[in-house]
Amino acid sequence: MADLTAAQGAQTPDIRAHYMDMTRRKRLYGGITISIFALLMVSGFLLADSRNAGGFWDGLHRIFDFPAQVVSEAWESRADMPSHLLTYFPSLIETINIAAVSTMVGALGGIVLSLLSTRGMARFPRLIPVFRRIMDVMRAMPEIVIALVLIFILGGGPVPAMIAIAFHTAGALGKLFSEVNENASLKPVEGLQSVGATWSQRMMLGVIPQVLPNYLSYGLLRFEINIRASAILGFVGAGGIGYELKNAMSWGLGKFDEAAAIFILLFGAIVFFDQLSSHYRNRLTHGGKA
Amino acid sequence: MTTAAIKLQSDQLFARKRLLNFGLPAVVLAYFIYIFFAFDLIGLAERARMDNARILVADSYSYKTHVTRDNRSGEVSFAIEGERKGAYPEGEMPEWVSQSGEETVIDLGDGKIATYDAQSITLDIPGYGLITSTPSRAKGVNATFPEGALPDWINASKNRLTVTTPGARLTITRNRAEVFRYSSGWELFFFTLNSPYHGAGAGQILFGDRIDPARSNVAGAAHDFWHNPMWRHGEVAWAMFETVLMAFLGTMGAAIVALPLAFMAAKNFAPFSAVRFGFRRVFDFVRGVDGLIWTIVLSRAFGPGPMTGALAILITDTGSFGKMFSEALENVDEKQIEGIQSTGAKPVQRYRFGVIPQITPVLLSQVLYYLESNTRSATIIGAITGGGIGLLLTQAMITQKDWEEVSYYIVLIIGMVMLMDWLSGLIRRRLIAGDESGH
Repeated sequence: MADLTAAQGAQTPDIRAHYMDMTRRKRLYGGITISIFALLMVSGFLLADSRNAGGFWDGLHRIFDFPAQVVSEAWESRADMPSHLLTYFPSLIETINIAAVSTMVGALGGIVLSLLSTRGMARFPRLIPVFRRIMDVMRAMPEIVIALVLIFILGGGPVPAMIAIAFHTAGALGKLFSEVNENASLKPVEGLQSVGATWSQRMMLGVIPQVLPNYLSYGLLRFEINIRASAILGFVGAGGIGYELKNAMSWGLGKFDEAAAIFILLFGAIVFFDQLSSHYRNRLTHGGKA
Repeated sequence: MTTAAIKLQSDQLFARKRLLNFGLPAVVLAYFIYIFFAFDLIGLAERARMDNARILVADSYSYKTHVTRDNRSGEVSFAIEGERKGAYPEGEMPEWVSQSGEETVIDLGDGKIATYDAQSITLDIPGYGLITSTPSRAKGVNATFPEGALPDWINASKNRLTVTTPGARLTITRNRAEVFRYSSGWELFFFTLNSPYHGAGAGQILFGDRIDPARSNVAGAAHDFWHNPMWRHGEVAWAMFETVLMAFLGTMGAAIVALPLAFMAAKNFAPFSAVRFGFRRVFDFVRGVDGLIWTIVLSRAFGPGPMTGALAILITDTGSFGKMFSEALENVDEKQIEGIQSTGAKPVQRYRFGVIPQITPVLLSQVLYYLESNTRSATIIGAITGGGIGLLLTQAMITQKDWEEVSYYIVLIIGMVMLMDWLSGLIRRRLIAGDESGH
């Protein structure tokens, strides 16, 4: 017993020195990482600033000029505000329609792609990597690329935006859905297979009921994102409220009161659908059964 | 419970199911019918410009070489896409053209031969015959055709003649005659015709004799490739870098700003509930205003460029990160903090050693996920504010002729986003070992 204590006593300073050494090294590494990161950030901002048309420090005090101008103009013609809101309401509806349709179409595509690329459910198991790569490419494609190409072919309007967003949505949701599918139990699928169900029956009756709440939750989240995307695509000519905003914002026209009305509509719509979707998502994920 | 009651219950259940199973698709169908008319899909079919689509698809993988004859001087010039940047140097020409004295013979493939001589231009089309034109100021194009009615691929008037065949086209006006020959590929992708390295193989450049005596092969080739005036590889690389820079600065900056603010918005850290409420509303506001509006507001102050894009991403994502981080903070385990506190740690130390290690995995995984998604946003914001690859893409689209460049940029953008996706996934798995789900 005495030996043991003695031996421990002899080792303690060693261990402490070793521990302190390791701590110091860890701190050093942490410090180096943080300073590299800080250096990257600072030099990145300096570089971005130097390549910007106007400098950061020159523009900083002007940052509120434009909002102030918009607000003051909107305030001067505040009597027109209700009529402006009413004028642009249809284009807001168009923007929301674009988002809704593209979310639905994209979700359908995503469901099919996800089922085709999940192990144990795939119709053609050998093609799983192919479908995964297809989803990767669809996800990587920014909406604006497809939208601009389609605007060239189809002309401006809601359809190019819808197709562009649906394409991206199918890839993005396909990936999320396939993660959901991986956690689904395969027993119902096997049961259905044993009674001779076809692939589509197995999927419809065996898989979809298990995963539908999660699908809906992701779909709602995507709808939220797609409203923003469809507003942005409008700005490049694909119809909806973004297009009206661009027209109202063009230099020299001085229709900032209309721009303010559009800002209010867009902001209101985004916040409204954010709240709505987070409410329903909460219900879907936390005991919606009750 | 009696059998009747159970039956009634199950009947009700079935009725509800039936309603849901038929009602929901019916609602969706009705909505799609409404959309069909609201989006004017019938009118769209009429408005669609399928010829544009054909040009786009054909141009994205092929190029045309113009052989132009100035009818007044008789001079013949060769240029790829008819651009000065793609012009053949004096005395050089594509191999399907032969010149002897005044006569230029152009082989357009499939047996079609065009000939420019001192006075006239002829085009021999197998299966149709010989088209001859002797343009002059007085008589216009002055063309003669084989017997019979003109086919619809020939468009002739006094002052203009256009013959369109697959793979080639001839246009003659009073002042000049022009033949296009289409070939597939992205021509001059590596070197333009004025570079001495054009046409040299990789082996010749790497191991062969010095092509340009003034500089070493590798350095010279790299320089000519980088400054290729047709494809502008250097500028494109810069633009891609700018886009990634926007995404990086925006995402990381937002995370740095949002982390301290998130403490103020978390239930278990905020000093007063009023503070928490205020911060939450600020996050909601910033998120709700949306990247589009921030981009517009900021570009008015800072002008177009990567800084504006980075700041727009930074501000929008501060809202998203603030919300997500504060939710993560609300889920931390109090026991660890108490443990740290029991050793006499000050508040800052409690946060540093009790809280941060708990939320780091969640934070990092969110930040890295956003980094990838913001690379895509940065492309879009770049198209709006004017910076990065998004700007190049919109510029190439506006000209409506450089579709091969458009397809090049699209390939680059997809590659860039997939690379960021892969990279962020890699870092996520490395840093958050054991958390396979990534969430």
